[in-house]
Amino acid sequence: MYDFAYQKPGSLADAVKVLSGDPDAKALAGGQTFIPVLKQRLNKPSTVVDLSKLGLSGITVSGDKIVIGAMTRHAEIASNADIKAKIPGLAHQASLIGDEAVRHRGTMGGSLANNDPAACYPSALLALGGTVKTDRRTIAADDFFQGMFTTALEQGEIITSVELPVPQKSAYEKFRNPASRYAIVGVFVAKFASGVRLAITGAGQGGVFRHTAMEKALSANFSPDAIGGIVTSSDDLNSDIHASSEYRAHLIGVISKRAVAKAA
Amino acid sequence: MGFEGIGASVRRKEDVRFLSGKGNYTDDIDRPGQLYAYIKRADRPHAKIGGIDTAAASAAPGVVRVFTGADMAAENIGGIPCGWQLHNQDGSPMAEPPHPALAVGKVRHVGDPVAVVIAATKQQAKDAAELLAIDYTDLPAVANLKDAVAAGAAEVHDGVAGNICYDWAIGDKAVVDGVFAGAKHVVKLDLVNNRLIPNAMEPRVAIGDYDTSSGDFTLYTTSQNPHVIRLLMGAFVLHIPENKLRVVAPDVGGGFGSKIYHYAEEAIVTWAAGKVRRPVKWTAERSESFMSDAHGRDHVSTAEMALDAEGHFLGLRIVTLANMGAYLSTFAPAVPTYLYATLLAGVYKTPVIYCNVKAVFTNTVPVDAYRGAGRPEATYLLERLIDVIAHDTGLDKIELRRKNFIPADAFPYQTPVALEYDSGDYQTTLKVGLKNAGWDGFEARRTEARSRGKLRGIGISTYVEACGIAPSAVVGSLGARAGLYEVAEIRVHPTGSVTVFTGTHSHGQGHETTLAQLVVSQLGVPFDQVEVVHGDTAKIPFGMGTYGSRSLAVGGSAMVKAMDKVIAKGKKIAAHLMEAAVEDIEFKDNVFTVAGTDKSKTLTDISLAAYVPHNYPIEELEPGLDETAFYDPKNFTFPGGCHIAEVEIDPETGVVEMVNFTAVDDVGRVINPMIVEGQVQGGVAQGIGQALMENCNYDQSGQLLSGSFMDYTMPRANDIPNMSVATENTMCTHNPLGSKGCGEVGAIGSPPAVINAVVDALKDYGVRHLDMPATGAKLWSIIQAATPRMAAE
Ligand SMILES: Cc1cc2nc3c(=O)[nH]c(=O)nc-3n(C[C@H](O)[C@H](O)[C@H](O)COP(=O)(O)OP(=O)(O)OC[C@H]3O[C@@H](n4cnc5c(N)ncnc54)[C@H](O)[C@@H]3O)c2cc1C
Repeated sequence: MYDFAYQKPGSLADAVKVLSGDPDAKALAGGQTFIPVLKQRLNKPSTVVDLSKLGLSGITVSGDKIVIGAMTRHAEIASNADIKAKIPGLAHQASLIGDEAVRHRGTMGGSLANNDPAACYPSALLALGGTVKTDRRTIAADDFFQGMFTTALEQGEIITSVELPVPQKSAYEKFRNPASRYAIVGVFVAKFASGVRLAITGAGQGGVFRHTAMEKALSANFSPDAIGGIVTSSDDLNSDIHASSEYRAHLIGVISKRAVAKAA
Repeated sequence: MGFEGIGASVRRKEDVRFLSGKGNYTDDIDRPGQLYAYIKRADRPHAKIGGIDTAAASAAPGVVRVFTGADMAAENIGGIPCGWQLHNQDGSPMAEPPHPALAVGKVRHVGDPVAVVIAATKQQAKDAAELLAIDYTDLPAVANLKDAVAAGAAEVHDGVAGNICYDWAIGDKAVVDGVFAGAKHVVKLDLVNNRLIPNAMEPRVAIGDYDTSSGDFTLYTTSQNPHVIRLLMGAFVLHIPENKLRVVAPDVGGGFGSKIYHYAEEAIVTWAAGKVRRPVKWTAERSESFMSDAHGRDHVSTAEMALDAEGHFLGLRIVTLANMGAYLSTFAPAVPTYLYATLLAGVYKTPVIYCNVKAVFTNTVPVDAYRGAGRPEATYLLERLIDVIAHDTGLDKIELRRKNFIPADAFPYQTPVALEYDSGDYQTTLKVGLKNAGWDGFEARRTEARSRGKLRGIGISTYVEACGIAPSAVVGSLGARAGLYEVAEIRVHPTGSVTVFTGTHSHGQGHETTLAQLVVSQLGVPFDQVEVVHGDTAKIPFGMGTYGSRSLAVGGSAMVKAMDKVIAKGKKIAAHLMEAAVEDIEFKDNVFTVAGTDKSKTLTDISLAAYVPHNYPIEELEPGLDETAFYDPKNFTFPGGCHIAEVEIDPETGVVEMVNFTAVDDVGRVINPMIVEGQVQGGVAQGIGQALMENCNYDQSGQLLSGSFMDYTMPRANDIPNMSVATENTMCTHNPLGSKGCGEVGAIGSPPAVINAVVDALKDYGVRHLDMPATGAKLWSIIQAATPRMAAE
């Protein structure tokens, strides 16, 4: 990596100040994406701002919502009793991210801010219709993701927590990239009294997206059969050495049915 | 303690230090005053270098020197040599284009070293390397075998027409063609043996050290054969006499072949250490390993078998293109010829065989021996071909194998492709394999799987391989530029403990344990009083290292010979001390006795007398008890056996799950059954990796797409099923231990078993053959393509 300055501010205000004042300063959460990027010299920050002393970690239940601090590690989400009981799809999803080491360092805020098109959490946030809280505002999931590796976050804006409505049912199914084990197709389905939301990660050229045809069918009939006949076009899907866009389109159907079967 | 000699599953001595983080790997070594090297590598597959401006890099903070290929050339530094010279069919030598340590004039693959920056810290060296201004003019590249041999293809090396390194053949083509013309059936198969990246856990490291007081050079390196490196680098590249060059290969974290070869980085750091008169260390980053460690396999072949009406093999005809990469690595030319074509008889009586191999240069990383080296390619070809024969003719695949096996009473058996197998019993390994795998009950398991929506298949491979490399005169006549004997020194210390100095090298195999067990059995010295030393040319005699499953069969045999000498000398000393005739002295379990009496002396009594020769036959006998023996094997050894794989495919996704694996191998005498089992398991894991997951992927332009673990699929523990591993051994007849070797059998026997199982699982989909790796994406396409046709039927 290139040389950089390192700061570990003790307050959110201080962190925001450093990050907003310097376009080349970058936040560091669990480092599970950022540090490999630094090691490959793909990023040259002036200052790395460590978010670990801002008190952004923790999981709380408030009414029909679960609030997860941005610095909460994947391992905590995977093992948290409230999340397991109320949003089992999310606990399961967290347990499938990377390996033990990754899960004990990586954070929800880091994953969402990064918005890797093959990352898992974006599908949960979008399917659950959650909101992202930052140092300055609240952003709805539907507005947050803006294409691969792109989000609504402004320069220097820090995610502080994520608020997720508790669904009636939820599940995540992941078809892994055989090498990296990120998602080639990941499907998060959430059933609410108001209807079903289903988000797909790993497959779309523009990153995570909602599958509205499936949502409609599932809102009418929450069963795998309801979406058996839905064909997904491969037009806007990724294609790489591991999976063609046609394969991904097919997998969206298979994996979605499995997610629904698991949730139902 | 219990029994710790030959046949005991003694726990591995070395594991205590490995598992407690106390291993001494090359990267753990730091020399006083050490500098760091960063190697600037080509980021493109093929380009002319107009010039390299090093001024800015040289002036960067911490930088001591920057060297380019021109600097090395100016000092007459040689290119990286190739250890084998093959000849074309017309008798002319193979093309052997220059392989400069740092590129001169052109770069020929992504990762080709272009310049080295030497600085006070790794970071500074890397920072400065970004300031190198290299004036490249891109040239068209050839990234795969088919493109490289196409008419009008770009040339990797000027003057190497058609990119052909050599055009070699074995067998009498006219005779074989005649057999084909008269055969009842001819079955033909086109197949690819996929290119692999070895990925040893420890990346390569090299530290060059120059002693300004003595003028001695030391190279610390991650090598499987330090003496070979000293010879190649000292004599051919840097012109350092051997008395002035020491090569140390300490603990090495896996090699699988990739650490046999003499690599440019070793020469660069050693030479640079002399120039800057300080130690210079280079440690590969993982992404450098992907583009600079020699790759493995990469064949494209057409195979044809001629058969009679009953399915007897009458003749085999093969044409193979073998990828050499951009330059010839140390063993590369031998792999697709003497380690591949000579094995094409397999375990079968096929009377005539013809094989033509064209070795081809491409703009890719050099390809060389990787666990199995040539034998996995031969085995895969044969065992796939036999299943395809069964498919095409309707003959039973087990019967077909049985009926063509070389029978157990036919040994020694001369194949039509040069090798003479000394021993084996293929019917027995097959019989036990079928039993252990529950072959006969398979259809019930297939039916049960179908009820769960899964396609279950079973596949078999019956194989032999040639290892214990190798008789020096034979390999010499085949083009090897080295001998392949092995050496051992047995030093009995004054108090009777023993140090073994072996020319073989352990990089995970457990030699410190297995070789010590030989001493326990032959000299009766307790296990914990035996130390095995390897990996340092200043300590060990000139040995050839570890590869080709040779350490026990060849290195162990050298130890037996050296211990025979120890015993013979011990008997003379004992005779003197006990005032008896030498002929009357017997040695057993650490004790010399005078036959028929109760007079005895322990080995310790004798060694003490040897080093404190007060009462000693000093006129006839030298003091000391320290013997060295060189052992040149009389033949290769021929492990063989039967591997059976069982898979389940999810037809919705194409994903394959390995559900069972059974190996029954004949490895000759087993010294440590636990270590043998581990070696087989590891080899099978790599074989499953090749069959289902691993694939080195270059795009058409020569960029490496699978250049990290994000895209190169290594098998993980949960991809590997519980395995049933057993041995059914016949003894090697020509070495004193009877051992054959077990390091590579797993990687050799398993890939065709896995693919045969996958094809079997897809039998309702009209699949005759598919190329490795059998990924979910590939199988899904096959299932997709077949489904409409099945529906129409
Ligand atoms: C081997 C391996 C396997 C993996 N497998 C998976 C997988 O299967 N699925 C998956 O989803 N992910 C996977 N990951 C990624 C992992 O989940 C990362 O933890 C995650 O992508 C980033 O989180 P982090 O906390 O490590 O963030 P960092 O790497 O520290 O930061 C990532 C980016 O987000 C920014 N950032 C971090 N926190 C905030 C914040 N609070 N506000 C604003 N910006 C912020 C940083 O500046 C940086 O740009 C894997 C990673 C590895 C190394």
